[in-house]
Amino acid sequence: MMEQGLWHERQGASPNLADILERVLDKGLIIAGDIKINLLDIELLTIKLRLLVASVDKAKAMGIDWWEHDPALSHPRPRQLAAENARLRKQVKALETGTLKVRR
Amino acid sequence: MSAASYTYAVARPFDPTRAAGLVGVDGAAIHLVRHQDLVAVVSPLAPADADETALRARLETLAELEAIARTHHRVVAAVAACTPTLPFRLATVHRSDDRVAQLLRREYRRFRETLDRLAGSVEVGVKIYVQHADASAGAMSVAERPRGSGSARVGRDYLRYRREQRDRRQHAWRRATAAAEQMDAVLAGLAIDRRQHRTQSAELFAAPGENVFNAAYLVDAGHAEELAARARRLGAENPHVTIEVTGPWPPYSFTGSEHGERT
Repeated sequence: MMEQGLWHERQGASPNLADILERVLDKGLIIAGDIKINLLDIELLTIKLRLLVASVDKAKAMGIDWWEHDPALSHPRPRQLAAENARLRKQVKALETGTLKVRR
Repeated sequence: MSAASYTYAVARPFDPTRAAGLVGVDGAAIHLVRHQDLVAVVSPLAPADADETALRARLETLAELEAIARTHHRVVAAVAACTPTLPFRLATVHRSDDRVAQLLRREYRRFRETLDRLAGSVEVGVKIYVQHADASAGAMSVAERPRGSGSARVGRDYLRYRREQRDRRQHAWRRATAAAEQMDAVLAGLAIDRRQHRTQSAELFAAPGENVFNAAYLVDAGHAEELAARARRLGAENPHVTIEVTGPWPPYSFTGSEHGERT
């Protein structure tokens, strides 16, 4: 519970838009996924994508770039690549330190 | 098309007179959808806005997005001021209040658990900025401008000047990052939990420098002022950084459980 007044209100200014957007867009309860919470049957993700397309420069300028880290929005392919990359790096390291025998 | 239900938060039941006069998106009055000992805070979306393309278009316009985001936050904050509250993300819209009630039924346990975990806690935002000594850098001042003859000399001096400038910036950045880490350790010790956020770029907002650290701390509401004061004091003690404290916020950054946040 917030028993105190808001500090920014006390100081007579409303909170910074970047701070608000950071919270209301990116944080807060996530209910997409197992239950499909739609914006009238348009998934929330669609809004995210549209926002990304429409105002990526503005949003990025505000430091809002969560879509780049949102697993729901990244293609499975890059993730596979990242996983494969990690596996290969591990193998290279193992080869370099001589702890891995080359099979075949 | 019938009106849809815009959902702001789930909360413990509270005296509805405390939400009287609370206005949601498009100026619609707030009402509560109840299920057992939970309520969802809802306002109807006007039929015109319940049209998917209309609302989408609005969310893509920065001015409209700002208005809706501020309204969303104002409602969440007002409810959080009188009862334990879990904020929803922006633009959580259901077809009807019945659908909202369905959600409460289906996610009852998860909402209850999260409310229990966060009851009585607030979020305090702390951002740390580095001041660049030569904030006006970019062009050399008249006094600094090399006076020597010959363009080679001028070029060399200019490069040297730029290099020094870059080194100063890097030095200031490293010093500020180290300071931020120390401050974070102190503040985290006072908090129940913490989340580090991405740093914000200040291009669109008047900020006191370059943001090097951006975090949210979850604290007992009674200790929020203490943590904020501590952060400000740490900032005042360090001449190389500026601290900005925001909040107390409803616990937006802590609603997902670390183990298995669903996206």
